[in-house]
Amino acid sequence: MSATVRALLRKELLLELRTLESVPGMSLFAVTTFVVFHFALNRNSVEGDLAAGILWVTLLFAAILGVNRLFVADADQGGFDGFLIAPVDRSAMFFAKALTLLAYLVVLELVAVPAFALLLLGPPLGPALPGLIVTLALGDLGVAVIGTLVAALAVRTRARDLLGPLLALPLLVPIVIGGARASSPALVLSHPAAPAGRWLLTLGLYDLVFGLIAFALFDFLLED
Amino acid sequence: MYGKGLRALSISTVVAITVALGLVFFYAPLEAEQGFLQKIFYVHVPLAIIALCGFVLGGLLAIQHLRTRDPRWDMRSYVVIHMSLIFAVATLITGSIWAKGSWGHWWVWSEPTLVSFLIVFLLYATYQPLRFAIEDPERQARYASVFAITAGAFVPMNFIAVRLSTAYLHPRVLGSTSNLPAPMAFTFLVSLLAFALLFATLCKYELTAKHTRAQVRALRRRLAGDAFEGPRRQRSAAPALGHHATIATARASSRTGV
Repeated sequence: MSATVRALLRKELLLELRTLESVPGMSLFAVTTFVVFHFALNRNSVEGDLAAGILWVTLLFAAILGVNRLFVADADQGGFDGFLIAPVDRSAMFFAKALTLLAYLVVLELVAVPAFALLLLGPPLGPALPGLIVTLALGDLGVAVIGTLVAALAVRTRARDLLGPLLALPLLVPIVIGGARASSPALVLSHPAAPAGRWLLTLGLYDLVFGLIAFALFDFLLED
Repeated sequence: MYGKGLRALSISTVVAITVALGLVFFYAPLEAEQGFLQKIFYVHVPLAIIALCGFVLGGLLAIQHLRTRDPRWDMRSYVVIHMSLIFAVATLITGSIWAKGSWGHWWVWSEPTLVSFLIVFLLYATYQPLRFAIEDPERQARYASVFAITAGAFVPMNFIAVRLSTAYLHPRVLGSTSNLPAPMAFTFLVSLLAFALLFATLCKYELTAKHTRAQVRALRRRLAGDAFEGPRRQRSAAPALGHHATIATARASSRTGV
């Protein structure tokens, strides 16, 4: 199983490195969205709730771009067929895809968070960074798990570009709640504080529950 | 077999709804603060409870479908979710009226139950677009079941998350029903029962209609003489019950290894 996951993950990352179809687009989208927020809100710097909200909304929408493309090559170019012929555990594909999406999100945040600090964030990024990293990691895990399930659900439908985001957004609302509430105390100008444990716990539990659900249900999406 | 008991169920629903409305308007006392407006509580809350239970029930039926691969479970799951969606729309409308009457706004973000309900509704609003964007009936049923289970589990999770996000900022406006005076609690319970019966009756009607339509289609096909290789006509939204043979073979060929 782990060998299969490693092989699939290697294939995915190699494919992304050679085609550069998802991650550069996601990062560019995030930076452009910050510019859009600057003009839409008419603000030069943001802090607190507003900062956390902008960061999470931007990351979420950028992530959805990646979610939409996650299975397109497999559906259009026979990747599913090839995988189903191989005598391997089908859950391997779930783990490989979720890890791929997680890797995309980490790279996206490596670009988007410094860009956010440079363009919009009022308070300095340094002190907020440890709390933000923990929150983002927990959020990414949830987005990766739910995104993989939703992408697999939507990819073989007629209106996949439309259905992916429509399915993903409501399912990701609790992650936005947890992520934004957890990171906003770290992003205030005066007296920044660490994220509250309650929100990190909520995020962690949500990740766990949906991880199990997605793992249990993913096989059923790969049967034909 | 689908239509069996439909008449008894319909009659008892009509009786129950009449009794419930009678109790609401003539028996339950006027609430001190909100007056007549509070009566919408006897419609709004049962609708909301039944819609949410219906969503979760749809998920449980979908689990049964994935376990047995019997398309009838999927059809039940579809009908229950469909009816719950209609109840959810009614809940949102009655809730808005109540919010406008008692708080002066059509929408109140500080009420977590309302907000969670909207999120759940938005998620389930994608159930039918997802379902009907898949042509193959067997795959349609399978994907719809995966969605129904995920969304069914999402309902309680989402309520917890939204509740957490507001509970510390605002006091709860609507408490539990345990502190209601006895006549109000009794009226509420009768009303809940009446709306549950209405939900069951409507589901049964839809199931019967779908079953009958599938039977008519199968008979017409047999009459035309192309029972075994006729083109697949699937105009209806629901899983095609007429294709027992196709589904049986699909069921036999799938499930080879997990």
